Amino acid sequence: MIQADLYIILPEIVLALYAMAALLGAVYTTKDGMGPVLVWTTAALMAVLAIWIATQDSGTRVAFGGMFVDDAFARFAKVAILLSAGAVLLMSQDYMARRGLLRFEYPLLVALAAVGMMMMVSAGDLMSLYMGLELQSLALYVVASLRRDSAKSTEAGLKYFVLGALSSGLLLYGASLVYGYTGTTLFSGILVSAHHGEVSLGLLFGLIFLISGLAFKVSAVPFHMWTPDVYEGSPTPITAFFATAPKVAAMGLFARLMFDAFGNAVSDWQQVLVVLSVLSMFLGAVAAIGQRNIKRLMAFSSIAHMGYALIGLAAGTQAGVQAMLIYLAIYVTMNVGTFAFILMMERDGQPVVDIDALRQYSRRDPGKALAVLILMFSLAGVPPMLGFFAKLGVWQAGIDAGLMGLVVASAIASVIGAFYYLRIVFYMYFGAENEEPIETRSSPVLWAALMGSAAMMLVGLFYQFGVEGAAAAAAATLVN
Amino acid sequence: MIGLEHYLTVAATLFVIGIFGLFLNRKNVIVLLMSIELMLLAVNINLVAFSSFLGDLVGQVFTLFVLTVAAAEAAIGLAILVCFFRNRGTIDVEDVNVMKG
Repeated sequence: MIQADLYIILPEIVLALYAMAALLGAVYTTKDGMGPVLVWTTAALMAVLAIWIATQDSGTRVAFGGMFVDDAFARFAKVAILLSAGAVLLMSQDYMARRGLLRFEYPLLVALAAVGMMMMVSAGDLMSLYMGLELQSLALYVVASLRRDSAKSTEAGLKYFVLGALSSGLLLYGASLVYGYTGTTLFSGILVSAHHGEVSLGLLFGLIFLISGLAFKVSAVPFHMWTPDVYEGSPTPITAFFATAPKVAAMGLFARLMFDAFGNAVSDWQQVLVVLSVLSMFLGAVAAIGQRNIKRLMAFSSIAHMGYALIGLAAGTQAGVQAMLIYLAIYVTMNVGTFAFILMMERDGQPVVDIDALRQYSRRDPGKALAVLILMFSLAGVPPMLGFFAKLGVWQAGIDAGLMGLVVASAIASVIGAFYYLRIVFYMYFGAENEEPIETRSSPVLWAALMGSAAMMLVGLFYQFGVEGAAAAAAATLVN
Repeated sequence: MIGLEHYLTVAATLFVIGIFGLFLNRKNVIVLLMSIELMLLAVNINLVAFSSFLGDLVGQVFTLFVLTVAAAEAAIGLAILVCFFRNRGTIDVEDVNVMKG
């Protein structure tokens, strides 16, 4: 019995044991000398686990009395999490090494955060939800303040910690109310309790607290205030990590909780998500206009993108979840490419984050400028790029679910938001000459990430990489 | 007779005090950590009260997990705070302001 359960969570166990063994190994050998090796082995292990998870096709399996669920939805999210975390690790190696930040803890903390994320998307119980969420968050608080001698980085860590702990507190308070009013912490039990008659007031309060806690984690407005500061203060590779895998995990957990536990009370949470979504899209679009720091700009961009992804969740339908998953996959791909470029930006060996430094960049390096142009168009949602079809998918789901107002609002927000993406393109191609041009030093990994992601934004239209089918299967297992 | 609602009232009060402590506190970051701890303990009171009222052990198991994680969280929070203090020489909330926002 226990063997069967352990077999189901084998990928998580392998990654967790690896992280702990590697931690001991590094401490007793050369410590930071192991950094580069550990980055590569961690990324390789993540890629292997992603392939393993993607190829095991065994329907829905439940372990530990329903606390852990392994289904197509969890597998889709896990593959996205592992691949993006591995890609970001490889991208960060050069940057971290040259700034003396490549400590051996870094890849291991990322690996432990990935274990937490895998737990989150597989959670079948409020307890496993909480444990996964905390394993992820605690690792992320530490990596945010990885640059111990920088006031900005430690401040980012401190802000992230305080607000993250607040959100965990809200989530837990909600969990305690849900437990009290349903008598169980299992999602399947909560689903049954919410089914009989109306949702009681106590359960509704619990639901709202849970949503607020999760909205913090996906950085949806009005729970977004930590995002710009944490993105700006953390070292850039860690910002890239924050913008990719944890977002997939948090949205996956959000969808899992809403459908597995409250799937019979869609009307109760739909309105809340609509409000979160509209506010996120508009704030993300408007607040980014004044930003000159590209990391802060990407923070607001991620807030807006989470708003679009929430449309799919707010639709409350199978098509909505499918559109949300495809949106997340495309969003992560775009962000990996964009951050690969941000990691390259430097002047005299120092990282540059000011968007003014990009003026006339296309003259110096037309190839990379073209890739960034494609990525910016895709982030803005300009039609021939994949980013537009991501938005089209969630809009379609929203219209089918009768959320016409939300879709119209998001179209308006997307037009406003296009301004700041296109401004970067404008600076690169038509901006006034800058007296201090930037250099872009590219390692092969960064170059491959940038070009690969830009190419995918074009080629993805014709060749779906199996994402659409997998997302459809994932949505079908979650919503039924 | 002390019933479930008394426990819930105490827990809700502590929780609200914790949230207010986070937002209204202008003093120093240690008070923020205390507020966070207060919120988590309020949740524990809730869970144990429900657990006892429902005659179901799951709530108490949950409480043990929350206690463990709260300890780990406090350790990490203090570690980050020590790093912050080394860089800035202060732990006043008003001085956590290198970045605006």
